[in-house]
Amino acid sequence: MPADSIDVRYVAQLARIALTDEEVERFGAQLGNLLEHVNALAELDTDSVPATAQVIESHDAVRADVERPCLDREVVLAQAPQRQGGFFRVPRIIAE
Amino acid sequence: MFDERIERSAAQIAADVNAGRTSACEVAEATLAQVEAVEPRVGAYLTVLQAEARAHAARVDERVRAGERLPLAGVPLAVKDNMCLDGTRTTCGSKILEGWIAPYTATAVARMLQAGAVPIGKANCDEFAMGSSCENSALGVTRNPYDLTRVPGGSSGGSAAAVAAYEAAIGLGSDTGGSIREPGAFCNLVGFKPTYGRVSRYGLIAFASSLDQIGPLTRTVEDAALAYDAMSGHDPMDATSVDRPVESAAGSLRADLRGLRVGIVREFQTGALGAQADAIYRDAYRDLERLGAELVEVSLPTAGYGLATYYLIAPAECSSNLSRFDGVRYGLRVEGKDVREMYDRTRAAGFGPEVKRRILIGAHALSSGYYDAYYVRAQKARTLIARDFATAFASCDLIACPAASCPAFEFAAKSDPYSMYLMDFYTIPMSLAGLPALSVPCGWTTPEGGRRPMPIGLQLCAPLFAERLLLGAAHAYEQATHHAQAHPPALDEVPA
Repeated sequence: MPADSIDVRYVAQLARIALTDEEVERFGAQLGNLLEHVNALAELDTDSVPATAQVIESHDAVRADVERPCLDREVVLAQAPQRQGGFFRVPRIIAE
Repeated sequence: MFDERIERSAAQIAADVNAGRTSACEVAEATLAQVEAVEPRVGAYLTVLQAEARAHAARVDERVRAGERLPLAGVPLAVKDNMCLDGTRTTCGSKILEGWIAPYTATAVARMLQAGAVPIGKANCDEFAMGSSCENSALGVTRNPYDLTRVPGGSSGGSAAAVAAYEAAIGLGSDTGGSIREPGAFCNLVGFKPTYGRVSRYGLIAFASSLDQIGPLTRTVEDAALAYDAMSGHDPMDATSVDRPVESAAGSLRADLRGLRVGIVREFQTGALGAQADAIYRDAYRDLERLGAELVEVSLPTAGYGLATYYLIAPAECSSNLSRFDGVRYGLRVEGKDVREMYDRTRAAGFGPEVKRRILIGAHALSSGYYDAYYVRAQKARTLIARDFATAFASCDLIACPAASCPAFEFAAKSDPYSMYLMDFYTIPMSLAGLPALSVPCGWTTPEGGRRPMPIGLQLCAPLFAERLLLGAAHAYEQATHHAQAHPPALDEVPA
């Protein structure tokens, strides 16, 4: 198993969460401690064991390809933090 | 001490309403009065639904007058605040959804209402159902009705406290690693997690999708069976809901355990619970035997790895599921100079520390270079744990073990995250294997330094889809022991 450390700053970037320096330190220690515990899994011989994603046997669930009602656009947009006409409005993504 | 109408079980309330001995409106008014009286001390609800309760109750009375007989006629219902109810605030106990109004109703909730239940309120929970004490809620404090200085358990702690304090007869909870069973044990209730896929997750805001399952918290096993009968069954809106027939559990309640083999788990006989609790569990196993069960020792050699497995799989799924909270379509937005800064600030301000920890560990376990070592290895360990249960169930019909690692603890007693995770040591393995399991009151123990005895729970677990057997056996145990009726809630005291 990998080392019991976690690059909290890097992972927080992946997860899109701004952290304070204090959080980086605190979460780093707490999650390092958790990783020490989860590393016990290395004791199990799992080489020939298949992975389980879901315990209940299930097959691709498909439905008839027919129109059915969905939420009204106005209902959905009503709770948007910011909207413009029929769209969600977000801050600039591409620089000018 | 309490209005007699609200102390009755869901089954009794429904029978009375159907027979015209009382009305859903009367039950709703009595329950709302109880809510008003005890909420300042208990804090079970984030939102009380006075208007909705009255409107639903009136509709139930109309249906009964028109000749319908409803299995949950007039039964007051608490809904965990991670389930959608059209037109009501649904927060998941999080600042990121603090003002969000659900635009549709979860299937499980809709089925309960169709069966005649009356929604009283949206119940507090650990933020996004991550926690074992309700202390991770960003929006309110919930106290244990049996000792207001102690937590109600979690994450479905508000639903549990509401039922224990007679602010509802049935509480809907969700259980990912123990979030129904542990608060059930802490609040002297039956907490029942059905087989994964038995109850639709449509409208349940996702935490870990391969584990999340909705179930009831109730004061009797019969009520749990009634709720299960109302909620369960295939739903085309949830692709993981199981498409197989559900037979009535309420019709399978039994008086004894003759002919059943109950497995006692060798690896759980560690003495870790302390002498007092160990003695109570020994008595509970003897009671099962007295009721006609044959006790057999079973082995779950990998169950001890459940916690490690769970704390990779559940956070991995949560880091993916919670990526939808990005300040674009709903919920909180904190502006930034560009979209990236808006994401970072929104999620920093919107999520509490436990949710951040789980997202971080999940993102770590899924990240390049760690994926096989953490996530895939955990998925393989999950296979081994499920196999252990399959092997054990070859020599027994049910498994009996503790429901939680200790009774309800005082606020802030588990400030180290890992010590909180240990609460679910006995419930997580069943969740990983997808099995139906419940906690049922089995005795009282005075915690160290505690002022009064607190309830503890016996966990029973059955093979996949054997809910009828599970509830039937739990009913026999409950009726023979009556541990739940030993103490009334201590709601007369002033909060600490």
